[in-house]
Amino acid sequence: MAASSKKWLWGLLAAAFLVPLLRPVLPDIVSDYRLFLVSTMMIAAIAVLGLNLLTGFNGQISLGHGAFYAVGAYTAAVLMDQANWPYWATIPAAAIVCFIVGYLFGLPALKLEGHYLALATFALALAVPQILKYKWLEGLTGGVQGIVLNKPEVPFGLPMSEDQWLYYYVLIVMVLLYWGAANMLNSRSGRAMKAIRDYAIAADTMGIDTALYKTVTFGISAAYTGIAGALSASAIAFVAPDSFNIFLSIKFLIGLVVGGIGSLAGSVVGGIFYVLVDNSAQALSTFAKNDLGLQFDLSAYTVFGILLIVLMYLMPMGIVGGVYYLVQSMRSSMRGPQAQQQAATQKQHATR
Amino acid sequence: MEQFLQQIASGLANGAIYACVALALVMIYVSTDHINFAQGEMAMFSTYISWQLMSWGVSFWIAFILAVLLSFVMGVVIERVILRPLHNAPVLSIVVVFIGLLAIFNSVAGAIWSYLIKEYPSPFPKSSFGIAGVIGPHQLGVVLVTLIVLGLLFAFFRYTPLGLAMRAAAQNPQMARLVGVRVDWMLALGWGLAAAVGAVAGIMVAHIVYLDPNMMAGILLYAFAGALVGGIGNPGGAVLGGFIVGVLENMVAFAGNQLEKATGVYIIGNGEKLTVALIIVIFVLTVRPAGIFGRVVVKRV
Repeated sequence: MAASSKKWLWGLLAAAFLVPLLRPVLPDIVSDYRLFLVSTMMIAAIAVLGLNLLTGFNGQISLGHGAFYAVGAYTAAVLMDQANWPYWATIPAAAIVCFIVGYLFGLPALKLEGHYLALATFALALAVPQILKYKWLEGLTGGVQGIVLNKPEVPFGLPMSEDQWLYYYVLIVMVLLYWGAANMLNSRSGRAMKAIRDYAIAADTMGIDTALYKTVTFGISAAYTGIAGALSASAIAFVAPDSFNIFLSIKFLIGLVVGGIGSLAGSVVGGIFYVLVDNSAQALSTFAKNDLGLQFDLSAYTVFGILLIVLMYLMPMGIVGGVYYLVQSMRSSMRGPQAQQQAATQKQHATR
Repeated sequence: MEQFLQQIASGLANGAIYACVALALVMIYVSTDHINFAQGEMAMFSTYISWQLMSWGVSFWIAFILAVLLSFVMGVVIERVILRPLHNAPVLSIVVVFIGLLAIFNSVAGAIWSYLIKEYPSPFPKSSFGIAGVIGPHQLGVVLVTLIVLGLLFAFFRYTPLGLAMRAAAQNPQMARLVGVRVDWMLALGWGLAAAVGAVAGIMVAHIVYLDPNMMAGILLYAFAGALVGGIGNPGGAVLGGFIVGVLENMVAFAGNQLEKATGVYIIGNGEKLTVALIIVIFVLTVRPAGIFGRVVVKRV
């Protein structure tokens, strides 16, 4: 399994790096718009990855990751706008700021479980746009108007378009973050994170400092999502408070659930998915009107909502997770009852 | 001083609405341990139904009653069809389903009735109602209507056999089942009642905040705060908590205004209402999750 998936990964990476170079040759297929779209998908993937680290791998539910995305975006925007920082330097800054904010929010979250944590983060998501409009911050954040920025410029006089460069910039950041997350999850700390998710008391008994791990995971998760926010600020070249509403957090949740709760690759799939649906909302609406004969517009959120509920019935671990376990259980059914048992317990743990 | 009284009165009017939504949340919480994140959107949807009925020529109170009844049915159907099969699902699945419901209600309302803000009429006569200078006619009406609804609910739970059965089902489902209470249906009934109470709140508040698909977001947050302050496992406490945060919300804004007038420094005002609610929610959750009137639950490991 491991060797073949590695090969896959390298192939995919090579394709991701090489295909955009075809832009001068095939301008219709590899267009600037499409490159930009893929860039936003990768940004979404990073954001979902951050949420997955917390919810999927550590078992802490967050409905408010839009808040950390907003903090990252605003950190980057303010640094670029007020302090004239170069766009690439805002990434570590956003990561550090979001880590601190996430860590601090993780402290009260320690006392909360399940529904209560969901409630607290939900409240956070609802209040974010208003906090961003706070009068004392207006000098920095530009209030309701937001901040207009410049798109990242192509460095070293490379023969690229802006969107092409943005694509590579986002891709490099995403690959690094993915690699970091994969390594972390494979380490002692990662196993501790998952142990806390599966059985917090047992993890505690085994000597894992659950409080420390939970708060630090909250910080790292917020940092990931914050980096995504910072990337989006330079990609869209604009930030405004009302774009960070509750529905942003809901989109991350969609990405998490569709891709797979507790699956890194699934996060990428989920990110791609929600951007795709969001972007084809217009087409969706015309399809519903003309082909399905509906009298009203079908919005992306109706699809999201129905999908969320249906997935919870059919594949509570998301599409990638579901397919993965389907394959696993098929394999083990060929191998015999003992392996089957193993797969079943594995599944049980993952759904908890 | 008059201004101060006005602020308290309008705080009570807001509080009445928060109390209703908080009660709806608590009714679902005590029987199923679920926090219904879609409560606000369900109430919004009911309010649109009443608006639609009125635009077809139905009078206000008839539309009110029809919308509340329809909401009751809607609540029962949601419990039976969507939540029942997930009875033993992990917390995350339940939360995701509620968020899914929220997204569906919000987007469908937007699709049917558009996202344009609509005016919503007030049923209370302007001339003969209210106390001049202290409380406006609509505000007084809101307080009265919600008090009547809360009184009816109290009487229902306290004095009818069905109310008793519902309380039994919420408190100890296994024992209730043993004495012949149909616990499943009691839960569905609780959902229906919660949806109906939410609808009352939505219809009452629509004149104040205007009708649009996102109108309940802030109200839901305050209802959460109210429910938590009173104790999320305690219906009476939640109602009181709703009134407390309603008054508190206005007092904070009022104090901020006075401070700005006196010193010229703006610290807090109407623009920070949601932030105040967020702070209340996090404060209560971390300091005393059981709320003022709630019992501290000891969990056996």
